Amino acid sequence: MTFSPELEARFEKFLTKYPPERKRSAMIPMLIYAQDEVGSMTDELIAEVAKRVGVTPLQVNEVLTYYSMLHRKPMGKYHVQVCTNISCLLVGGEELWRNACKKLGIGHKEVTADGQVSLEEVECMGACSWAPAVQVNYDFYHDVTPEQLDKLIDGLAAGKTPAEIHGVERVNP
Amino acid sequence: MLYNEPSPLEVKILTRRFGLPNSQSIDTYLATDGYKAFEKAIGMSQDDIINEVKASGLRGRGGAGFPTGMKWSFVPRNSPKPKYIMVNADESEPGTCKDRLLMEYDPHQLIEGILIAGLAVGSQQGYIYIRGEYRYLIEVMDRAIDEAYARGYLGDNILGRGVRFHLATHSGAGAYECGEESALLESFEGKRGNPRIRPPFPAVAGAYQCPTVLNNVETYCAIPPIILQGGAYFAGLGTPKNGGTRLFCLSGHINKPGVYELPMGFNLMRMINEVGGGMKGGKKLKAVIPGGSSCPVLKADECDLAMDFDTLAAAKSMLGSGGVVVMDEDTCMVKALLRIMRFYAHESCGWCIPCREGTTWLRKLLTRFHEGMGQASDIVLIGDLGKNMLGRTFCPLGDAAALPTISIVEKFRDEFEAHLNGEPCPYENRSRLVAA
Repeated sequence: MTFSPELEARFEKFLTKYPPERKRSAMIPMLIYAQDEVGSMTDELIAEVAKRVGVTPLQVNEVLTYYSMLHRKPMGKYHVQVCTNISCLLVGGEELWRNACKKLGIGHKEVTADGQVSLEEVECMGACSWAPAVQVNYDFYHDVTPEQLDKLIDGLAAGKTPAEIHGVERVNP
Repeated sequence: MLYNEPSPLEVKILTRRFGLPNSQSIDTYLATDGYKAFEKAIGMSQDDIINEVKASGLRGRGGAGFPTGMKWSFVPRNSPKPKYIMVNADESEPGTCKDRLLMEYDPHQLIEGILIAGLAVGSQQGYIYIRGEYRYLIEVMDRAIDEAYARGYLGDNILGRGVRFHLATHSGAGAYECGEESALLESFEGKRGNPRIRPPFPAVAGAYQCPTVLNNVETYCAIPPIILQGGAYFAGLGTPKNGGTRLFCLSGHINKPGVYELPMGFNLMRMINEVGGGMKGGKKLKAVIPGGSSCPVLKADECDLAMDFDTLAAAKSMLGSGGVVVMDEDTCMVKALLRIMRFYAHESCGWCIPCREGTTWLRKLLTRFHEGMGQASDIVLIGDLGKNMLGRTFCPLGDAAALPTISIVEKFRDEFEAHLNGEPCPYENRSRLVAA
């Protein structure tokens, strides 16, 4: 299986981080970075990572099912994650989640027909003091209002990038 | 960009560089006493460093509050195995969002704390286990680590002083359980994050079964100020046996939610009213989760207390991770508990039965109850399920689910009874059936 040169370089670096006989430590970091490029945990990817860290594909499979960010099916190009855990719940996280589902006509871990946007109701993402919070792929959005989330979802569904959508900006550098 | 305005009541020790231009760069760090504590520690003996940390009264900031100096002293000196410094940056306790800031605004402070821990126990290798959702922070830390290598603060001969230490980040992939120390180590080794039976504790058999120091991000970040200004100074900032300051994460129904660095022992009502700007919309306070969702809740009339480990323990709650979740009079406590339980049922690793079955059954019972289909006997059953999980699980996740359950059933029994009229939640018009 071939990866981009950037991902290959990253894998090479991962494998130098751990003692040589402990290559297995690189498995989970490799899987999550590979998912960003490949889209999901395909059988081919599982076999490739297994080979590189010196375990069987079954061993990779039994590990990856544990982790909520590793998906066997592809999510959308933009994976919109809405937190409804306690701090977000208290200030409107659930309304955001309901609105998002209604707007896109999809539910938890579902993808729009064109593959553009997917939704996930997630657990605490570490933005409790700036709730309600949303993540699009790895970017954080704080103090999200229903209007902002509408704007974000409309834009993403129409094929815009998050940077092209004004009035709702990611907060992380 | 700071995510919230600082409060004039803050005592800024760990957060003092927050808001400085380029606060994440090594140049800013070096210009503000950066790496001076490490240079000082190179000239200290292992015992001197550990004694200084013991004198500081620093207790683990991840939630358990174990004395840090004592934890370090458990690492065997003469082990022939390599020793590891492991950083728990898997911040995922609901209500907690402080480690994010410590890494985002001052990554070198964390690196310096790790380096000093390495000197204290004779370790030459560290790893920062960062939750997968914090991808941008993995990038921030990787850049800081590269800078530290380039400037000679990491490597085989640090500052030409014969010190060797290497450091790398490690990405998680979404699992609350991996914030538990033994599950974190399993995950780090490329396995499912199931907890290990203890003893042996990580100090003796941690990463790769080697002696390992494992602390929270905030704990390591407190080390440079302790070494530079002395354990006694840090201890003096807090209350007896609860040294220093703490990053409190205020969230929920208050006017100025945010992360604030306050002395240990700061009064909770003052925290809500003076730091947090009081209750939103002038509503009345109903309850507070004082330290992340795994803590027993406090009723409004129990909140006039000092926020330190021992005072909270005496009040039958916990200081936990610093996540202070404030709930007003309109909050449905059944709903709050249901949401907390959905979380624990989702995050239970399934390794041991009381937690796997207990959290799932509690989620089902609470869902039914909140929808108005509960029976009076369910109230007792919910409390009993919690009590039967407590202390009977491999790792603290079972306790984390049991403690809020027991406390909410005891303290807000009237709200459970108000759900018994066959109608959905009386606190909201119509709730949705949760498909968890």
